[in-house]
Amino acid sequence: MKKLINTPESVLDDALAGIAAAHPELTVDRAARVVLRAGGPRPGKVAVISGGGSGHEPLHVGFVGPGMLDAACPGEVFTSPVPDQLLAAIKAADGGAGVVFVVKNYTGDVLNFQLAAELAAEDGIEVRTVLVNDDVAVRDSTWTAGRRGTGAAVVVEKAAGAVAERGGTAAEVAAAGQLANSASRSFAVALSAATVPAAGRPGFELPEDQVEVGVGIHGEPGRRRAPLRPARELVAEVVEAVLSEHTLSAGHETIVLVNGLGATPLLELYIVFGEVAAKLAERGIRIARSLVGNYVTSLDMAGFSLTLTKADARLLDLWDAPASTPALRRP
Amino acid sequence: MDTDLALGWLRAAAAAVEQHEPELTALDAAIGDGDHGANLRRGFTAVLAALDALPPDTPVGGVLSRAGTTLISTVGGAAGPLYGSALRTTGAALPAPAADITDLAAALRAGLSAVQKLGGAVPGDKTMVDAFEPAVAALERAAFDGFSLREAAALAAEAAERGARDTVPLEARKGRASYLGPRSVGHQDPGATSTALLFRALARAAGA
Repeated sequence: MKKLINTPESVLDDALAGIAAAHPELTVDRAARVVLRAGGPRPGKVAVISGGGSGHEPLHVGFVGPGMLDAACPGEVFTSPVPDQLLAAIKAADGGAGVVFVVKNYTGDVLNFQLAAELAAEDGIEVRTVLVNDDVAVRDSTWTAGRRGTGAAVVVEKAAGAVAERGGTAAEVAAAGQLANSASRSFAVALSAATVPAAGRPGFELPEDQVEVGVGIHGEPGRRRAPLRPARELVAEVVEAVLSEHTLSAGHETIVLVNGLGATPLLELYIVFGEVAAKLAERGIRIARSLVGNYVTSLDMAGFSLTLTKADARLLDLWDAPASTPALRRP
Repeated sequence: MDTDLALGWLRAAAAAVEQHEPELTALDAAIGDGDHGANLRRGFTAVLAALDALPPDTPVGGVLSRAGTTLISTVGGAAGPLYGSALRTTGAALPAPAADITDLAAALRAGLSAVQKLGGAVPGDKTMVDAFEPAVAALERAAFDGFSLREAAALAAEAAERGARDTVPLEARKGRASYLGPRSVGHQDPGATSTALLFRALARAAGA
């Protein structure tokens, strides 16, 4: 394992020190492991709070700031935050108008956020939860853990954050987040596995000529292995997978997120975007907005995910609303 | 079970988790994300410190509850809330200073119910429930048959280990391994494996 770390145990603490040093516009509580907008809670504003395992940066810490999150709780690498952290974030960010959680659908995240919401309720703070579950590689059924939350988290945090910034109620903020999630579907392909610092080895071994199709963002293997092919063919399969479980069709508009998983050059992501654009054009789907880059990563995994959000006037308005965060800025 | 045995169990569990961390990591890397060993080790290290800070007259239930609360606060992931709730619920069901096998079996049954309610898993889903359920059932049978705690705990440990091994051919329906679908077949579930370690630790602490 070759990594720019001090020790595997101190990865999160050391990264938080760096985030604090780099971003004076954020308040970093290193003991509680909470990252907040500087300046304390805003009275009367709904607090939008998210969190999840570390290793997906800039998600979620990079989206703390005006127009998106009020607070983010980073857990250990690929491990959800604990209820104490989330409760600390609630108490530090609550402006008296309620709290909306954005939770990616993983058993651990769901349980820890749920316990935190119960603890907050005992203290008289109402917490609503928006569950992000956009990954079509996982079958959604009551017999499984359900679809995973991946790239759509960016769209959900943007939409919910915009409504909160405009003074929306907790119900309105949650509804915007839910709308963004329902309108989004994602699918990912990996060219190499991620190496968790504490594990010291890649999560799986992938031969030179193979890719993992339908991979998640936690180093877990995908649903199947397939031969490496030209980007055009891989992208065609990914677009097909996303659209097969989407309401998007000819005449619709979409927000396209081509997201790098951590170790893929932007040059390649643009190649992917070009192929996505060609495929969507063939189907008569218009690209209304686009985002290309590393937003929901999986440590040093190579590959990309595609998120397509069916866009209506309301979602586009929220997508375009001002935001000022380390990873996403809108004037 | 008295306070000393509860403390002995949790300390033996911490030692077992530490010793088997590489194995748990390897199992989790195969069908999950490879952090189960590290997360549990971090949690049980914190449990050891919490136990040292407990007043000496803390009853059995209080010891187990404190361990559960500590796991919830330190582990994260699904394992933190699940193991933490299991121990807290088990502890809450043991208000007396000491518990016999029947009490312990009933309390652990309540702990198992808490896990199933939180995680939604049933036996056969390839989760910790596949080791937890047979272990509790073995304790219940042993209590009915009038076995000693040492014998009962040994039977529970064997049942849990068998349950963990029997997850190998299963396709995961809950937890992160479920994302692999049929590719989860052929691997032993890391959660069931760590549950078996905890029941083996109970047997060790009971002198088996």
